Amino acid sequence: MEPTIDRRELLDRLLPDHGDYLLIAGLAGAARDTAALTQESDNLLTLGGAMGGAVAMGLGVALSAPDEKVAVITGDGELIMNLGVLATVASMMPDNLTVICVDNGQHGETGGQAGHTSRRTNLATVAEGAGFPSVMTLETANQIDAARQFLAEAPAPRFLLARVMPGPPTAYTRNWDLAECRLTFRNAYLKRKRA
Amino acid sequence: MADSDRETWSRLIFDKLVDAGVSLFSYVPDFGNAAIVEMAEENNRTRAVLLASEQEGVALCAGADLVGERGVLLMQSSGVGNCPNMLSLIAGGRFPMLMIVTMRGDYGEQNPWQYPMGQAVVPVLEAMGMLTIMVEREDELEQAVDAALSGAFKAGQGVALVLTQKFLGAKSF
Repeated sequence: MEPTIDRRELLDRLLPDHGDYLLIAGLAGAARDTAALTQESDNLLTLGGAMGGAVAMGLGVALSAPDEKVAVITGDGELIMNLGVLATVASMMPDNLTVICVDNGQHGETGGQAGHTSRRTNLATVAEGAGFPSVMTLETANQIDAARQFLAEAPAPRFLLARVMPGPPTAYTRNWDLAECRLTFRNAYLKRKRA
Repeated sequence: MADSDRETWSRLIFDKLVDAGVSLFSYVPDFGNAAIVEMAEENNRTRAVLLASEQEGVALCAGADLVGERGVLLMQSSGVGNCPNMLSLIAGGRFPMLMIVTMRGDYGEQNPWQYPMGQAVVPVLEAMGMLTIMVEREDELEQAVDAALSGAFKAGQGVALVLTQKFLGAKSF
């Protein structure tokens, strides 16, 4: 089935409670959509490179802050660069980690070249095989309510594959200074924790 | 090197890391890090995280830092080749980073497959801005571990503690 979701309309319906999470966003479109969603709030770190690292970074956060809800929002290309990390997550079974893969089947940032998921690869099946206890695929807007419930209730670690139409991410220019973004996230977290 | 020796220096490294607040021990298995990983599995203040690829450990340790915790990445020298692009996080984000590299392909290696990456370990790490601290003799170890911990967690640098085959002994085939 071809997905019918416009990615620009996905995250604010899927994560209205984004302020309750610690968020890591993979590079390119996923980072832009997430940055626009939160207006770069201090509970979000977006990556602009280090492709393949978003889920591992989220796992590091989840294992180190077990009382926090952690979500990684990333794209199909970023995830496919390091699929092995899904096994790493499943082995650790963090009960506070959600991975949301915004799958547009292409490398949007570099010109829309076809990706593996537009051919044969199904990342939901991959996540299931890696050992994620909860996996769901979202393809149409009328499934978003069920997906929100999945994020709230399915046993973690959970993997949501959000298949979206090809097309541009949300227009948003974000802070590219990782050192500054690190300190903003870290200081805000530690301040909240002390409070 | 005898197993009892490996146990002794592994204990020294593990205890110093725990004292410095390291709680996540991420690793790709190697003979050289097996005892440290076992200690991390047994200790209730630490967790061992089995990685599929070494580069995950770089991002994982950065994630730990984001919430004020500390991690380490343990790997064989061949795994350094899987890390460079991910080390962009360390150089660009000024994340502290500690890795412990157990060498193959340097001194007395019998497996020719190990030489290309083994010989490239230091230049690759240095190219990505990592400090390298080499250990060749047992009497250097304690100071080297202290130096690595200071560099990473007091000064916020990316540091690789490299345990050479002169220190570890070469595997025989």
